[in-house]
Order: sequence, then structure tokens, then C-alpha cells
Amino acid sequence: MNTVTNTIERVSNPRTGRMSALSPVTGLPMVCWLEECRKESVDLVGGKCSSLGELINAGVRVPPGFALTTEGYRRFMADAGIDREVQSMLVGLDIQDMEALENTSSAIRELIEAQPFSTEIEDLVAESYRKLSVRSCVPAVQVAVRSSATAEDLPGASFAGQQDTYLWVRGTDEVLYNMRRCISSLYTGRAIAYRINQGFGEELIAISVGVQKMANSFTAGVMFTLHPTNGDRSVIVIDSNYGFGESVVSGEVTPDNFVVNKITLDIIERTISQKDIYYTVDTKTQESRKIEVPFERQKVQSLVDDEITELAWMGKQIEKHYGRPMDIEWAVDKDLPFGGNIFILQARPETVWSQKQQAVAKAGVSAMDYILSSMLEGKRLK
Amino acid sequence: MKFPNPHDFKTIPGTEGWERMYPYQYQFVTDDPERKEYEEKAFWFYDGLHYPEAIYPFDTIWDEAWYLGLSQYNNRIFQVPPVRGVDHRVINGYIYISPVPVLDGAEIGSRVPNFMERAGFYYKNWNELEAKWEVKMKALIKQIEDLPISRLPDLEDISVVTEGLGESKGYHLIKTYDDLINMGIQCWQYHFEFLNLGYAAYVFFLDFVQKLFPSAPLQRVTQMVAGIDVIMYRSDDELKKLAKKAIELGVDGAFTFNKEWDGIQAELKTTAKGQEWLAALEVARYPWFHVSTGTGWSHADKSWNDDLNIPMSGIATYIDHLKKGLEIERPMEKVRAERDRIIEEYRSLINTEEERKTFDDLLNTAKTVFPYVENHLFYVEHWFHTVFWKKMREVSAIMVEHKMINDVEDIWYLRRDEIKQALWDMVTAWATGVKPRGIKVWPKEIDWRKGVMQKFQEWSPPPAIGTAPDVIQEPFTIVLWGVTNSSISDWAEVTDNADPDSITTLKGFAGSPGIVEGKARVCRTADDIRLLQDGEILVAPTTSPSWAPAFAKIKAAITDVGGVMSHAAIVCREYGLPAVVGTGHGTKIIKTGMMLHVDGSSGVITIQR
Repeated sequence: MNTVTNTIERVSNPRTGRMSALSPVTGLPMVCWLEECRKESVDLVGGKCSSLGELINAGVRVPPGFALTTEGYRRFMADAGIDREVQSMLVGLDIQDMEALENTSSAIRELIEAQPFSTEIEDLVAESYRKLSVRSCVPAVQVAVRSSATAEDLPGASFAGQQDTYLWVRGTDEVLYNMRRCISSLYTGRAIAYRINQGFGEELIAISVGVQKMANSFTAGVMFTLHPTNGDRSVIVIDSNYGFGESVVSGEVTPDNFVVNKITLDIIERTISQKDIYYTVDTKTQESRKIEVPFERQKVQSLVDDEITELAWMGKQIEKHYGRPMDIEWAVDKDLPFGGNIFILQARPETVWSQKQQAVAKAGVSAMDYILSSMLEGKRLK
Repeated sequence: MKFPNPHDFKTIPGTEGWERMYPYQYQFVTDDPERKEYEEKAFWFYDGLHYPEAIYPFDTIWDEAWYLGLSQYNNRIFQVPPVRGVDHRVINGYIYISPVPVLDGAEIGSRVPNFMERAGFYYKNWNELEAKWEVKMKALIKQIEDLPISRLPDLEDISVVTEGLGESKGYHLIKTYDDLINMGIQCWQYHFEFLNLGYAAYVFFLDFVQKLFPSAPLQRVTQMVAGIDVIMYRSDDELKKLAKKAIELGVDGAFTFNKEWDGIQAELKTTAKGQEWLAALEVARYPWFHVSTGTGWSHADKSWNDDLNIPMSGIATYIDHLKKGLEIERPMEKVRAERDRIIEEYRSLINTEEERKTFDDLLNTAKTVFPYVENHLFYVEHWFHTVFWKKMREVSAIMVEHKMINDVEDIWYLRRDEIKQALWDMVTAWATGVKPRGIKVWPKEIDWRKGVMQKFQEWSPPPAIGTAPDVIQEPFTIVLWGVTNSSISDWAEVTDNADPDSITTLKGFAGSPGIVEGKARVCRTADDIRLLQDGEILVAPTTSPSWAPAFAKIKAAITDVGGVMSHAAIVCREYGLPAVVGTGHGTKIIKTGMMLHVDGSSGVITIQR
């Protein structure tokens, strides 16, 4: 335990200089732990990782991990001259020409994926991965490798889902390879076209890659700290299914739905759906795959009441920390006992309702005026 | 949703002529085309809240009293802009009511300034006016308590002559009866002085919060005005005090070894300590034992003072709990702390400053009106009514003595104006020294009416008739009866289900949160509370303050009638017990001993068959 704490401490204080994680060019770290990230770190580690770091520091249980920073990304792109090559490939590209767009995209992606990292970055990643495995008490921990874009989640310019996530990755080489795949996902045809359309300059685009311990989820899903259908901020709404959250996020299954009172944490509504499929890990291929839910479990509540309450409590703390309604991904780990088994995988500001100013009729008036106007309005019966 | 036409109801065979048991203006009619058309176009819903069973002819007095009271305050005193009064009808002994909207927009507008001035005055001066109300009300109760009801003597007392009184006991009886009725009506005049406005303030506070937070459960919103001192709990508090006193005096054994009041009293009388306790009881029971075991609306609702076995079993429960070292006080500090936390958290989630301002103002108004909304029940429905029923039984006893009716309890089969006729008949015959005609008229009529009432009780009134409007604006209709499409269709669903033994789920209002499982105990009256075992789930038509001791034993409560502001819901929230209220038919479907799953957060009861 001591060594783990020491390790974090050492790394979390880059100025001690004990690890050569800093870029010799800019003095910024190329790799860092999630707990070192804050919400101000978006430029360095992108939206997802900065948000995870913020959560960890708010006391929320998040699977541990580290990130290749945007500095690391820039060094990678610069070291081998990829950046210049990519720029030249994009010059004069007609985004209306679907074929040309796709061809350019493939070429760029192959280029990125085939190019090894510098020894320095490889060593930093390998060392962090080893430490993460030690922290997880396994020789080589299974991780999720996902992109964390700096432009992601900007209001009105949601990139969500446009970059990739690779699950159940195991071993340093696999981690490194998938990190490059994440980087290359910046250059899908759609992403290129979108940026050109929106006028984002390529030089402004940067990506970070997060590497995070996989939660071996028995149940997972999403949670909103307001009611997604009416914007009611007094509730927390949870969608859940067995296995990984993919089935819920993608909409492939009608999840169980729970509405929890945010103030008292009572479950005020529960809808148990028939859940016919779920995602789990294939132990042989180490890949996530879709399988059928056994018939007798299809109509069974996928989260127990205590977990719902605990999850809602976490949602409430997260909202309190950020001071705004949040959209959260979570998982219940099947290897751990209740009390320490619920993990928050992601949290980002809710964007739909937050942009609408919900005007309650005739607010700001005195009680007497409100009573009168409500009487005049009456209660609709039909 | 389709509701039956009010004029299509067939008379139940054997009840032909039932209409004469009720005021003539309560009938749906076809002989006046204009009235017939009005009745068809209006929306009438069954007032199961006040009348879970067919109403007795005499008990119609309170229906007429509130018909007048509510309507006059709405329409002639405060001028609620969009609604006049609430109209009443009767079908097969069941009362149907209908809010009367003001349809002309210009007229609504012209009523607004009056309403703002008049209602505004009451809201602004609420506390002073309420203090005046209490004085008036107590004076009226004193007056009815002091009202002497004298038998008819063979020879008037000599004082009539020596003091030149110039009035007979016969005249007094007729006059006293009139006084009794008039006081009853007057009491109901006072009843509505604050109630319309009180409900409006309370309802629209709830409404505002639910507009801000559409998913906020009503039970949680009502918690924002919890923990305010109201006298509703006072009677129960007196039982707790008496339980403590019994232990202090060392006479608590009397409650363990005797189940009936007679036995307890006999044992206590034998010792000085016991007599001291009995003296304390005498102090406490007036007025605090004037609590009805029902809503107080029916003559059948007894009070603790009518049957001391009921409070004694409550005292025995508290003695038992105290000896086991259990806490018997209501957790008021906890309730208040939780209330403040809930207010603060909801308040902090409000998006704008303006909304927060309205919230604060409405909350303060709701807190101001809340004590009246609760307290009037004790003064009117409990204290006054208890005394009133007792006095009426004294009048009835005199009629029995003169053979006008066979039994004291027969008087309820007569309309109050028929009783007056009968008293005239009886008193003039007494004065003249002949037999009254009524002795051959009323017993026969009452026998027939008993048969009719029996058939009425077996009939199931539809929840609504006539034409449903798009919008309801009458505050009572919205709050008290919770009239919405879904509530009416929920009730209709169970009514339509042919076999009550096959029903496994029952819906009501989510009265108090929490989920429990346990055995049902159906208590139709407060007498049955004595059968309750620790940890059972109480299933009752409705509850009232006199049921309070039951809540110390139970795990959850289910009632047929009432909304989230009903007694059972409020008490359960304070004790932290789940409650489902207003199920419509709980006591008919659930049987004692059934295993129930009660979800007080969603209002769903599951019967495990």
C-alpha cells in the first residue's frame, strides 16, 4: 500500500523530477495519472480524462488509470514528422467527394497506426501500465484505451462518439498499439469533414488518450442528474442493463429505468424492461461481445435497490461538485463486494436542458398573484 | 372517458319513492328541461371522501351545511374568479358534487378585483382573524354543550307558575331542536371561513413546486410544511401523558390485567393513587377525548368519550412500550430537521432568483394557513360534532319514550325537517293529552327506509357521471378529491373487476414513502384497533386523530379514502411509516391475515395470494 501511495505522490508531483515524464521541449508532462488531472487540464488531457481526474479528486470512485497527454500526442506527431505529412495530405481535399475523403482518411490512419512511439514515450507508458497493474493486484491489468479529445463536449460542437474506445486491452504492446488507433480516430472521414466544415484548424486539434482499468461490470449504464424528458432537477434518472454499458449507450436494449428523488434518495419510479442482450467479455479473445440474456433473467431488475441508492448518492455528489446537472456513465463491478463495487466511468455536463432556460409560468410574482393566476388557469382534466 | 348520463339511472327494485328521504333539490330531474340540460352538461363526481357509504337522511345536514358554506364563500364572499360554488345531487343515497364554473371571460375578469381585495385581506390578516375564529368557535361549542334537552313532564314544574315563566317544556323541546340544528349550520358557516383560502394557498404552493419539479412526489412537498404544531396530535399526547402518569403512580397494572374500561375503572377506584389517576383522566378527556373514531361526518362515528375502551387500549399500548423502554414521543426534532433539509435542497435546485422568490412567498403562506387547515377538524368535525350527536340522541330518546320511533338509532332515518314535524306532532299531542299521529306513521316509514338503505349500501356508485370538462378550477375539487382523469379511471378499474378475490394489485396515492411487507389487519372501526398486533399493516376506511395509538403498533397504513393530506398520510410521514391512501376499495378487497407488499413511494399494494 505504501509503495502505491508513494508512487502516486512522486508522479503527482512532476516538479520533483524523479520521473522524466516532462517534455524536454515544453516542460509539460507527456504521460500523467488521472488523479493529477483537474477540470482545468482539458488542454493537456482532453475532456474525458480531465473530468475523470476531477471526479477522483472530488472523492468519487473511478477506476484508476493514466493518460497520454496532448503534449505526448504532439511529440509523437512531431517526432516522426507525421504532422507535416498529414497537413499535406489534407491540402485541397474536397470533402464533398466521399471517395477521396475516405481514401485520405484511410491513408492517414494507416500512417499513424504503423508509426511506433519514441522510446521515451514507450518507456513512460510501459512504466505507468506496470504500476497500474500493481495497483490492480494483477500481473497485466485489462484496460480500456479511449481517446479524450480537447474539443469534445464543447457546447454546441459535440464530438461525442466520434473517437474510438478499445476495451479489454492487455499488455504494453497492445496498449501502445491501441493508443495509436485512438489517435488515428481523429482522422475518420466524418471527423475530417466536420472540422473542415466548422473551420477548426488542424493545428488546433489535439487528442489525449486515456488508459483506465476495466471495470468488470455485472451491471452498467448511464445516469442523469436531472429528468431527461422534462428537465426536473429534483430527480436522478438511471438506465441499467447487465454487462457493459455499451448496450445502454448504443440503445440496443431497452434498459431498466429508475427515477430517484435527489433530495431523499427514494426510488420513486421503476420500470423493469425485458432485456434480451448484454455485452460481456469473451475470456478467450479478450473482446467485448454481445450475448443473449438468459430467459429467466430478462425481466429481473438488473440493479438492486441498495445499489440504486448508492449510485444516486454518487450522482448527487458529482453534481454538487460541478455545480450543474451531469450525464454520467457507471458500472457495478462483479469482482468486488457491495460498498466498494460501484464505479463512475465518465461524467460530463448535461447539455440539452442546461441550454434551455426553463421558465415556470409566472415566476417572480407574489403568493397572492400566483394563487390567482393558478386559479384562473385551473387544472386540465383531459 | 365516458360517464353515465345522470338521468339514466334505474331505481333499484323495492326502493321506489326513495327520493323522499333526501331534500327535493338533490334529485336529478327530467320535468324541467333547462335543469335537465344543465345536469347533463355538468360533471358530477361521487364524494366518496366524505361518504364512503350511502348517506342517512338525517346526516344530510352536514352535506347541506357544506353545500351552503363552501359555495357562499367561493361565490358570494370572496368571489373566486373562475368558479361559483359546488352543486350537489343524490343518487341511491350517494352524494354527487359538481363545481360550477364561471364561463364568461368578462365576468371572470370583473370578479378578480373583489377576490384580490377580499382574499387578500384574509391572507394578510390571517393570524388575527384566526384568533377571532377560535373565540367564536369555542363560544359556539360552549353554547351547544350547555343546551338543555328536557323530557316532557306530566305536570310542569311549579316554578313555571311561581316565577311566571310563561313557557312550557313542550315549547322548549321544539325550540331546543331548532337551536341545535341552527348551531350545527352556524358551526359549518365558520368551518369554511378560512378553509377555501387555506386550501388554495396550500394547493398552489404544492402546484408551484411540482411545476418547478414535475417528478417531486406530493408527499415530499407536503413535508415542507411538516412539524408545525397543530392540535390534531393533542388527544394522542394526552394518552401518552396518562400512560406515563399511570406508571409514575404505580397503577399501570390495572391496564395490563383489564381489557375493558369497566374493569380498569373498578380497580383504580379501590386505591388513592388510582383515584388520582382517574381525576387526571377527567381533566384530560374534556375536550381532548372529543375525538371522533371516524371522520365525524356520520352519526355512527363514536368519540373516545362515547367509548372509553378505545383510548384505554391506546394507553395500554403506550404503557407497554414505555415499560419495554421504547420511545413513544413523536420525533418532532427529527421531523423538523428533515423538513428544513428538504426545503433547503429543493430551494437550491431552483434555477432562477425570481422562482426562488415566489417559492419563498408561497411556502410562507402555506405555513401560515397550515394550522387552520388541520385544526378546524378538531373544533368542527370532532369536538362540535361529538357533542351534537350526543344531543341529538337525547332528543331521539324522548321520541322513543313517546313511541314516535322504536329506537334511539332510528332517528337517523328521518330528514331533519321531518323530525321537526314529528316533534310538533308529539308535543301538541302531549299538550292536548291525545295520541300523536306519528306513532303509526314513523316506525313504519323507518322500517321501509331501513330496507332501502340496505339496498343502497349494496349498490356501487360510479365514480363520476355527466360530462367531464377540460379544466377544473375549483380548489377543493383539485386538492381534496384529487380529481384527475387517472384517479377516476383507477377507481373505475377496480370497480369493473368482477371478482374482488382475484385482484392482486391495488393503487392509491403515495401517502408516505417506504416499502414493507407484512400481514394485513382490516380495522373497519376504531374498536378494531384493539385487535392490532405489533408489526401488522393497518387497512382502514380512513383514520382520524382518535386512531393515533394504532400508529405506534403498525408497519404501514392503507386507507380507502383520503389524499396525501389525509390524517393517515400525515401521521405516517411523521412516524416514518409507509402509507398508501385513497385506494377506493382497500377494505373490501384486502382481508385480515393476507400478506401484503406496500410501496408507499409509488402507491402500489401487492396482495400475495
